[in-house]
Amino acid sequence: MTDAHYDAVVVGGGHNGLVCGAYLAKAGRKVLLLERRAEVGGAAVTREFADGFSVSACAQWLQQLHPDVESDLKLSRHGLELAARDLDTIALAQDGAHVTIAANGVSGAALSDRDAERYARFSRQMFKFARLLARVSERRVPQLTEAGWRDRIAMLSLALGMKRLGRADMRDLLRIGLINIYDVMEEHFDNDLLKGALSLDATLGTHLGPRSPNSVISFLHRRMGEVFGYRGPALVRGGMGGLSQALAAAASACGVEIRTEVQVTSIDAAADGVSGITLAGGERIRAPIVVSNADPKTTFEILLGLANVEAGVARRVHNYRMQGNVAKLHLALDGLPDFVGLDESQLGQRLVVAPGMDAMELAFNAAKYGEYSPNPVLDISIPSLSDDSLAPAGSHVLTALVQYAPYSLKAGWETGKEAFTQLAIETLKRYAPNLRETIIASELLTPVDLEREFHLGGGHWHHGEIGLDQLLVARPFPGASRYAMPVPGLFLCGAGAHPGGGVMGLAGRNAAREIIAHKPGKSRT
Amino acid sequence: MDQLKPHDPTMMRQTPFHSRVARACEINQWDDWKGYTTPLAYTEVEQEYFAIRNSTGVFDLSPMTKYHIGGPDAEAFLNRVMTRDIRKLKPGRVGYTVWCNDAGQVMDDGTLFNFGDNNYRLCSYTRVMDWLQWSALGFDVSIEDVTADVAALAVQGPTSCAVLKAMGCAGLEGLKPFGLTHFDFEGVELMVSRTGFTGDLGYELWIVPEQAELLWDRLFAAGKDLGIRATGGEALELARIEAGFLQAGVDFVPAEEVVRQGRSRSPFELGLDWLVDLDKGVFNGRRALLEERMHGSRYRFVFLDVEGNKPAEHSFILKGRKEIGIVTSAAWCPTAKSNIAFAQIDARYGKAGEELIAEVYYQRELAWTRVLAKCRVLRSPVFNSPKRRQTPAPDY
Repeated sequence: MTDAHYDAVVVGGGHNGLVCGAYLAKAGRKVLLLERRAEVGGAAVTREFADGFSVSACAQWLQQLHPDVESDLKLSRHGLELAARDLDTIALAQDGAHVTIAANGVSGAALSDRDAERYARFSRQMFKFARLLARVSERRVPQLTEAGWRDRIAMLSLALGMKRLGRADMRDLLRIGLINIYDVMEEHFDNDLLKGALSLDATLGTHLGPRSPNSVISFLHRRMGEVFGYRGPALVRGGMGGLSQALAAAASACGVEIRTEVQVTSIDAAADGVSGITLAGGERIRAPIVVSNADPKTTFEILLGLANVEAGVARRVHNYRMQGNVAKLHLALDGLPDFVGLDESQLGQRLVVAPGMDAMELAFNAAKYGEYSPNPVLDISIPSLSDDSLAPAGSHVLTALVQYAPYSLKAGWETGKEAFTQLAIETLKRYAPNLRETIIASELLTPVDLEREFHLGGGHWHHGEIGLDQLLVARPFPGASRYAMPVPGLFLCGAGAHPGGGVMGLAGRNAAREIIAHKPGKSRT
Repeated sequence: MDQLKPHDPTMMRQTPFHSRVARACEINQWDDWKGYTTPLAYTEVEQEYFAIRNSTGVFDLSPMTKYHIGGPDAEAFLNRVMTRDIRKLKPGRVGYTVWCNDAGQVMDDGTLFNFGDNNYRLCSYTRVMDWLQWSALGFDVSIEDVTADVAALAVQGPTSCAVLKAMGCAGLEGLKPFGLTHFDFEGVELMVSRTGFTGDLGYELWIVPEQAELLWDRLFAAGKDLGIRATGGEALELARIEAGFLQAGVDFVPAEEVVRQGRSRSPFELGLDWLVDLDKGVFNGRRALLEERMHGSRYRFVFLDVEGNKPAEHSFILKGRKEIGIVTSAAWCPTAKSNIAFAQIDARYGKAGEELIAEVYYQRELAWTRVLAKCRVLRSPVFNSPKRRQTPAPDY
């Protein structure tokens, strides 16, 4: 039993855990943060997968980090530096007739003027919708019943926000909110590459195809980044680990005690609330508040134990949808591959392989039944073009999110992994014919690997599906949507809490605010 | 955990005693009890009732929902489901218990049999397999619906022990209330528990369905000179109201069946405080019940002694002219010679001895009469036989 007295123990040093810990410490709380891996950062880390070759191991783009988090924690002073920002998204065509989605509009050889015009209008409308979602995301979600004055003001401002959309946009939001991105795309655009690339944004990291309901809300969720000032994806210098190192430095500067390579085996709780945690090896650390940066299933099923919550809660945890669909491909290259029709400056942008919505839907169909499609979709980055710290001079690294790679692959990932790696490389080769000759080393992280390596339950990037049934008042589940869990003293601060996944830092900051405002004995959620 | 049985397409099922029940049922008054054909009355409700009170009434209990719960975590699991501390229920004992949903609202009440070694039987009114399965997440338990695998008879009344001894249950008089014991019956095991729904000396017999008819025959042969009589649902209803027992679906709506907001009840609101142990650790409904303890309940459950002899069925309860509650069960109770009603009233009213008014409506030959009957809040149920607790049990 360690008797060093902490006000709060944060379980897990993902970006949200670090953010939460830092805010708590800034408010004068004595905070201990525990991380199982050797370095903090969770899914936002840099990984040397081959000698001299490093990549962002999980998340690869920075596109949603909230500016308040950045300034409150003085992240640039603590070493956060962007290698590139406001990148374009280029939807690849095998014949080189690519479509480029930039902050100021879309362009491409095969793109009609009509599509370009419509995109401008579409983009403005999506920004308005995303802004509404962003406003709700910046604070704890307002409660619908038993609302206090803070909730009433939040509800009022949400209602005002809806009203400010104007009649036509409000109707549109209500109309498209529950349909799917496929239909929305069909309403607006003709170009298959444009529709495919936007659909990828609506489904990335989720168990959704373009025709799935919830894909529009998932799209808006991603678009929140624009509201937070990102006119396109950015790359962190040194990989995503650069952000986490800056967060760790900021947290330490605020007074957070960080211990790495310690595994929390249980969150200790009795009927009246948590009492602390136990580490592998048996060491117990007492604290009146335990903040879990783990996903909801890991938090309840593994760390707390379902026997320690009431059956309704156990049931909601059990039903929480959290099965990942993305694999991560890392390639070490001894030269820059030639992509058909792309010059070097374009190669440094975000490249996507999503040749059309039907192709994506077909790829998703396979995933629904525990298989992967022969035609995966990819979100590709060659970060070494803007960051020479990642690969030896003249060499490069290529990373790609490869979708769909179902967590529960019927054939099993032990057998499927190598074949899927080759499939992903072959798919890339269609756009970069000499790719294979440049590969020195490769690595594929399947959802199962991601689960093991980064403790992402189900290998799910967002700690749970992004859908209306698991967002806002329902994230992670009703009765637990305001960071305080139905066990007194237990808080959730990761992507499984409102406002969900993506490297935003809002879940961590909002959780810290709740904890600071928390009065023991008044744990109603 | 996955021991769900395939769907049974039979519309109305018959109990293992049906051949005997049907023969005894002279007046064809049948009821549907959770899908089983059961008699409301065999001959004359009053006669059946008086058998329960003066000699022995036999009630076919087989349709009662029964679950076998086993596995290493059975005790821990049941302790999480039930509001009372199951760890205190010793092997060979039976406990009355209720269980709640997370909102602290009563889903059902029932009896729990502890067979030892983490083997339990739960008897309930509702079918709760889904809830038990959900509650089993995180526990190593097996839950099996054994409703059709166990035939059961309630043998209730002052001569019930004598009847069973005459049938061969030697030494049964030593069995304490809420105890259980086993006898050999034609090569199979006959379990006898000293439990019941009548508030008097009484037993429940549990046996495999194959031996049910023989058990019935032996039992009635043994009780021939001790006033044994088959009793139906209506006689039992009288007895249970007299004894002050709640009936799920009548005195409360099972919480997970409630459709409208606020129509379910907590154990405190049903007068079952004694079944709630807030200090035993986590259980379903604990958080909500703690809140209720802190902020007060909405309703109070009371027994009322109603003036006159017209049962105050479904009556409004008034305080002065203000409506403060409703009656859920009511009957003229012959032994206690009282007109009893169970009522749920505004928690601010209903201290023992308080005078209230029941707005009673009754119909005679198409004419409705309204009576404002005075009633008094009772401290306890009106029928309270010392034989219920007496050990060794008397012969009559």
